Amino acid sequence: MTTPTREDTSSAGTSAHSPEAADPGRVLRVEDLRVQYATPRGPVKAVDGVTFDIRPGERFGLVGESGSGKTTTAFALMRLIEPPGEITGGRALLDGVNLLALPDEQMRQARFARIALIPQGAMNSLNPVMRIGQQLADTIKAHESGSRDQGLDERIGALLVSVGLSGDVARMYPHELSGGMKQRACIAMAISLRPSVILADEPTSALDVVVQRQVLQTLKHVQEDLGAAIIFVGHDMGLMAQFVDRIGVMYAGKLVEIGPVEELFGKPKHPYTQLLIGSLPNLDAKGGLRGIPGMPPSLLRPPGGCAFHPRCPKVLDICPSVVPELRRDEPGHWVSCHLYGNGQ
Amino acid sequence: MTALLEARNVTKVFGGGMFQRNRTVAVDGISLELSGDQPSVTVVAGESGSGKTTLARLLLGIIRPTSGEVLYNGQDIGKLRRSERKNFRREIQAVFQDPFESYNPFYKVDHVMTAPASKFGLARTSAGRRKLVEEALEMVGLRPDETLGRYPHQLSGGQRQRVMVARALLLRPRIIVADEAVSMVDASLRATILENLLTLNTEFGISIIYITHDLTTAYQVGQNIVVLYQGAMVEAGDVELVIKDPKHPYTQLLVSSIPHPDPGKTWDEEEVAVAAGIPAGGRGQCLFVERCPHAMDACRDQSPPKFLLEKHRTAACFLYADKPTLAEGELNRLLSPSSGTTSSVA
Repeated sequence: MTTPTREDTSSAGTSAHSPEAADPGRVLRVEDLRVQYATPRGPVKAVDGVTFDIRPGERFGLVGESGSGKTTTAFALMRLIEPPGEITGGRALLDGVNLLALPDEQMRQARFARIALIPQGAMNSLNPVMRIGQQLADTIKAHESGSRDQGLDERIGALLVSVGLSGDVARMYPHELSGGMKQRACIAMAISLRPSVILADEPTSALDVVVQRQVLQTLKHVQEDLGAAIIFVGHDMGLMAQFVDRIGVMYAGKLVEIGPVEELFGKPKHPYTQLLIGSLPNLDAKGGLRGIPGMPPSLLRPPGGCAFHPRCPKVLDICPSVVPELRRDEPGHWVSCHLYGNGQ
Repeated sequence: MTALLEARNVTKVFGGGMFQRNRTVAVDGISLELSGDQPSVTVVAGESGSGKTTLARLLLGIIRPTSGEVLYNGQDIGKLRRSERKNFRREIQAVFQDPFESYNPFYKVDHVMTAPASKFGLARTSAGRRKLVEEALEMVGLRPDETLGRYPHQLSGGQRQRVMVARALLLRPRIIVADEAVSMVDASLRATILENLLTLNTEFGISIIYITHDLTTAYQVGQNIVVLYQGAMVEAGDVELVIKDPKHPYTQLLVSSIPHPDPGKTWDEEEVAVAAGIPAGGRGQCLFVERCPHAMDACRDQSPPKFLLEKHRTAACFLYADKPTLAEGELNRLLSPSSGTTSSVA
């Protein structure tokens, strides 16, 4: 077993094993997060030792293909993993408080108030038989026990206006709204208690390109006004390039590269990131279609060593046996690949 | 020359009822022609509700047009005789969006391949059929021993969609209608499947109708493009012209909203008009008028005709009212594959 154990990582904890550990300006620190799903054929490590920091007010993209563990990571931070899934290790320090160790009631209070989720497919997350305003009011009243109905309507109206909706939407039911409007209502709900971290899980994946652009521009404005950090989970590299400051690339439950968006697109380091960026169709020239050879890995029986080695064009002798660690290659740019560093 | 497949002024209206209150015009007078001699890749692009999937279903004969006709070798596809109908079913194949819904979960994936192979009598023996199936799978980069004998849930989404492409290919069709065929597939496999489709076009001379909302892949695979808005054609022509230098304000909005995978090319900050749907006043006007930054009085008085902007491009917009209008049937010449970019056909 070559994967560093939890004890290893937490004891090393600070320096080489943890991106941006020395940076005090961080709102969220995720340390060696592990999530497993029990299946009849054995446990699946959906998230397998993920470590990253989030700075206050930054936009961080968590990108990966289906099955890479990006959504599971977001759900674990909200403590929304349900059986057969289980968080099996790690810490998530939000302003120094470990969310994963909080009692249930305190975690309930932290949701929306400190860390909020904008789910994928807003159409499925709103209550179809409740007016939008009532759903927003419920969210607020569930957290602010002292808050009276007085002034609540104005507050909800202002929230809706801040996400580009008319205040009248408060009296409407979800079916009266378009997909983009519903997604805006979900954004309003996510910011209603002014959280310091917002998780957005493919918030625009069901929307048309024009609406997608409008909704993301709104999300950017409210996020900047609020000063909240946002973790933007998705698979669309185009949206990542448009929206985020930094990107973490996930593959088979692990973070394989973290870097500033310009560097990650301009000089990707990990061969997977390089191929992923090379596979993106663009408008510069025709004939730019190149897929990544091979198949995504089975999480039930992941390849030994680096999970990408069976598809990697630059594979080394060491790759099938030794799991590379995520290490800093340049300031702010982290990569887990034996091509970098001295191959330890 | 008779086209292999032709939509002639096709309109599809859904609903209606006694008082015509819930009428939805999904496809509004679209004409499109695919030659049997010159294989082409034609993109039909538009957002949800633009009518692109309805157009695909009309071309495949799954639904009948309200008016206009869809012709196969010059004959209305609703009136084909039995043997011609069988040919039509074989020569025009479809690949749909959702690789999860295209399978019967109780059958092994072999079934989607072997059933059409025996239905159309592609080989006399089951060993011969198996050989054809294996060849088709290999052509889309799948290993037959890893694919056959499995149930759909044992394959990934990308594998399932490639089996669908292989199934279409197995029948040696002349046209493949690919309706959002890669939009549910991960980025790394998307490029591979598009490569597969393009190979079918260049190597086997199969024409492709690529229906998508994604203008980036449209640009990569297409020779010609037809942009739909609310069921009507707003711009059409050579993909190089339409996407690199869009002329219709709606196409301009679409192109400017593309999320480029390049942090140096970010969206403009300008707010775009949100309203969507049919403008008040119905269809006797430009349907984009309420969102259009250039709207003029003329746009509300009548629906704009198609103006011929260049040899290989038309746009239905009064901004180009000084140009000649497109004559009936001229669209097909404008979209003919020889006119567009290269199509390498032996």
